[in-house]
Amino acid sequence: MGSRLALDDGVYLRNSVQTAAKILVVGHFAVGKTTFIGTMSEIPPLRTEEVMTQAGAGIDDPKGAPDKTTTTVAMDFGRLTLSEKLVLYLFGTPGQQRFVQVWEDMTRGALGALVLVDPQRLDESFPVMDLVEHYGIPYAIAVNRFDGTPSHSLDEIREALDLLPETPVVHCDARDQRSSADSLITLVRYLQSRVN
Amino acid sequence: MTPDDEPELEHEAAELVRPYVITNGRDLLDGSEFSLITLVTVHAEPPRTKPLDPEKLRLLELCSGGFLSVAEIAGHTRLPVGVVKILVADLAREGHLYSRAPIPSAQLVDRKILEEVLNGLQARFG
Repeated sequence: MGSRLALDDGVYLRNSVQTAAKILVVGHFAVGKTTFIGTMSEIPPLRTEEVMTQAGAGIDDPKGAPDKTTTTVAMDFGRLTLSEKLVLYLFGTPGQQRFVQVWEDMTRGALGALVLVDPQRLDESFPVMDLVEHYGIPYAIAVNRFDGTPSHSLDEIREALDLLPETPVVHCDARDQRSSADSLITLVRYLQSRVN
Repeated sequence: MTPDDEPELEHEAAELVRPYVITNGRDLLDGSEFSLITLVTVHAEPPRTKPLDPEKLRLLELCSGGFLSVAEIAGHTRLPVGVVKILVADLAREGHLYSRAPIPSAQLVDRKILEEVLNGLQARFG
């Protein structure tokens, strides 16, 4: 108590905002989720923590400590006010199977997901793609560019990831706002095509 | 007084129901009715209630500046999301906070919201 918590005006949403929408930014560890969110967010990205119990038996997690029953999962997120009435939240979501409880909450009401992949570590994207598909979240693939990595053609990546023909695949530099925005626009266009 | 975890809200007095009207009549029986992107703020005229816990006072003060999502409240207060949902649910039930309803599940997203998102992204970054 005592310390003032009310924050600067810029922290708050405009009073006219009526609707909040959510897009997930998913991918394996260190693929660039936090960078992407920081690039796109109008506020300094925030972090939430969720305390959860370990997922049940049958989940293969060789690195997990067998005697540990609770885990803290941190999620980064950012905000984009898109009109007088609409705000979009971008949530970075960890891709590990054992975080299924977090996924229940994250996927509720999500418009879709942008799956960030590292062309050098494509196989690490399979678990997160399985999760996205399991929850029925439509997604697009954004191939994050890393310095010094040889460029792969999008067709090669599409084939390696075994994607449906309609799933969009784009290059993306998570440090670049224009490039990141373009990948979001690609995702939303795809989401539209599914509704129409 | 009713304990915080009392689930029988349907039978509460009428004035306690008022905050829920703004969420289109949905019941807010517990924190699970608040999603990460539910937007909340304080009522202009706070109800007279028993003294609030320090955590709730902190949360009310944070929310006094305007609308924030449940996730943002968790981020600013550094409280776990699950705790924030329960505190927000309590404060809404007591008439301190009210919310704007989040959009429904992905299957029900209408094309209007997608169109607004696309137009917004293009206007801002196009």
